[in-house]
Amino acid sequence: MRQHLHLWLIPLLPLAGFLVNGVIGRRLPKALVSAIALAAPLAALAVVVRAALLAWPGVGSMALPYIGACPFNWIDAGSLHIEVSFVLDQLSLIMLLVVTGVGFLIHVYSVGYMAHEEGYWRYFSYLNLFLFFMTILVLAGNFLLMFVGWEGVGLASYLLIGFYFDRKSAADAGRKAFVVNRIGDFGFLIAMFLLLANFSTLSFAEVSSKIAAHPGMQGGLLTAIALCLVLGAAGKSAQIPLYVWLPDAMEGPTPVSALIHAATMVTAGVYMIARTHVLFDHSPFALSVVAIIGAATALFAATIALVQTDIKRVLAYSTISQLGYMFLGCGVAAYSAAIFHLMTHAFFKALLFLAAGSVIHGLGGEQDLRKMGGLRKAMPVTFWTMTMGVVAIAGIPPWAGFFSKDAILYEAFQHGPLGKALYFVGLLTALLTSFYMFRLWFLTFFGESRAETAGIAHSTLHTSHSDSHAVHESPWSMLTPLILLAILSTIGGAIGIERFGGFLAPVAGPVLSPAEQPGGTNLDYALSAVAVGVALIGWLLARLYYGRKSERPAQIAAAVPGIYNLLLHKYWIDELYNRVLVQPLMVVSRYVLFWVVECGIVRGSAWLLAGIATLLGEFVRRWQSGNLRSYAGWLAFGAAVLLFAVLGVAMGANGMDVHLNWAGR
Amino acid sequence: MIIPSSWYLLLSAVLFTMGVAGFLIKRSLITVFMSIELMLNAVNLSFVTFAHDWHAVKGQIFVFFVMMVAAAEAAVGLAIIIAIFRIRGTLNVDQIDLMKL
Repeated sequence: MRQHLHLWLIPLLPLAGFLVNGVIGRRLPKALVSAIALAAPLAALAVVVRAALLAWPGVGSMALPYIGACPFNWIDAGSLHIEVSFVLDQLSLIMLLVVTGVGFLIHVYSVGYMAHEEGYWRYFSYLNLFLFFMTILVLAGNFLLMFVGWEGVGLASYLLIGFYFDRKSAADAGRKAFVVNRIGDFGFLIAMFLLLANFSTLSFAEVSSKIAAHPGMQGGLLTAIALCLVLGAAGKSAQIPLYVWLPDAMEGPTPVSALIHAATMVTAGVYMIARTHVLFDHSPFALSVVAIIGAATALFAATIALVQTDIKRVLAYSTISQLGYMFLGCGVAAYSAAIFHLMTHAFFKALLFLAAGSVIHGLGGEQDLRKMGGLRKAMPVTFWTMTMGVVAIAGIPPWAGFFSKDAILYEAFQHGPLGKALYFVGLLTALLTSFYMFRLWFLTFFGESRAETAGIAHSTLHTSHSDSHAVHESPWSMLTPLILLAILSTIGGAIGIERFGGFLAPVAGPVLSPAEQPGGTNLDYALSAVAVGVALIGWLLARLYYGRKSERPAQIAAAVPGIYNLLLHKYWIDELYNRVLVQPLMVVSRYVLFWVVECGIVRGSAWLLAGIATLLGEFVRRWQSGNLRSYAGWLAFGAAVLLFAVLGVAMGANGMDVHLNWAGR
Repeated sequence: MIIPSSWYLLLSAVLFTMGVAGFLIKRSLITVFMSIELMLNAVNLSFVTFAHDWHAVKGQIFVFFVMMVAAAEAAVGLAIIIAIFRIRGTLNVDQIDLMKL
């Protein structure tokens, strides 16, 4: 018997939460707002967990994929039929568990973090709205429905980045994220048009089966579609060249950075590539592009993260770098490894962001690493949980990050000469990752406190906290999610890539088994050992330079001022984009579009019409003299004109021959 | 001797033209009003002429309609004229220009 999973509940529950809190949340007490906002993702999580239990191999009996189709079509136009269908397969199941699970924990955390903020209800309704669109994106059974979720999470991201909309930098950052994402969406749209034109369907399953029916199909069209999809994915997942929005997105509240800009939304690009991997499998060129973009982004962002001083910016560049890893995984056709890293990254990066949020909260809004230090004693729970996150991302076994990163690096190494080259890029990135994460860790928690006088340290952002002068540990509503995520970051990788990949294999293709590859298991172990060694070197270097108060970082920076400035200013990419793209666009908008099109054509035509009417009126109004006899004259004139017109027509019809009886009968 | 219908029509046209001329030229509202009556009756004459010519009774019926409307109009029109005279103290059409913009 077929059981019903009620997939439609998963997106609709957060939508209900959004509607209730969004419409009447302003009038509700905070406790009720939190209860509604927490209930929605918790209930959705329950539905997902039930589905997972029913479908998990060995536990349940349900066969995947499970399709929850809507009884009617969304679009019926000619040969185009688009259904509202939700598909639950292994891939979307994993994603849903991550999205609703981590999402729920971050909701819980937000209750503590946002407790003193204005617009509490607004924040939670946006957060629920995000979950609604994210679950639609994950569950979608065709490209168009996925695009709905894709745009929706972009909207939620925009709203939440600009949550403190009275701050100009936040409003600008939200707009930047939205505009940059539009560039990516353009690629997604073109890909959809190409699919429609050539496969006349947008359903994932049908596209796959059509490609499977023509095994000879290779490159060309598929490369074009795949590259357009990559553009979309690069926008959403903040890859070169469209990564610039993510660091600025840190203007939003920290839990938002954790949920949307680290754990879930930004991984949508990776998810989309894994979901459409059939297209990529038939286009080696597109795969190479993905791998190169991923590796380049990973290294590039990691180097920037080395010198950033804002705790959230370090984490933001670290996120970009880790997303680069996932792209690298996709690019070497190791989709399972990429999704595995996506999952573990969701755990430890959410943890890191939330812990950073806890630090910021405890310091009353201070985000500058140079003004932290010595927090180990003051915030023990935050310290220990963040330590779990740091060792997890650094890739030290047995924490989660080690397993997933190792899986990606191994598969890259086995993927031809290009893969080998990218493996070394990935390895270097791992070294940098370990270094900058431990740098952050040492700067935050060790040494002397470098906080300035209390009045300044508890300044601007969280003015409401300024009454609590001492550095304080965060409330338990914030610490509980930290502890749970720390546990997940610790044990999340233990499932191992073999079992994880085996579960995903029906959707994401098989994983390489080291025993059957050249080099055998020994190579696997050797590569793992190298990765661990690299991570430990990173820790050692960070300890050397930042473990205690030292002049050496400053000396190094002074020794190579060029490189240091280049990194500190993020390679001047923002400035470059500003010069090359934004400024010309502004000039064109201001002068050509505004003066010529807006003022000249749009307003000009309106003025022209109005002017004609006014002039005509000036002339015509003179007829309304009020003089009765002039009216009568015009009346007679009009009648005469009509008479002559009729006469003319009559004479035209009968010649000049008008019959009048002059002579009688 | 039968008088040709064109004579009637000519008379009708002359009467109508006189009516139009009076309507346009005269300043007294009463005279203008009478000019309108003259035009109506000129038209009545041509109606009757054609009705006789074509042996159609419709034209004669129309004449009755026109006379009836003219009678009603005369009643209403004269009442308006009296009212205007009471208010304005004049019947000069050039001074009755309240409907100016």
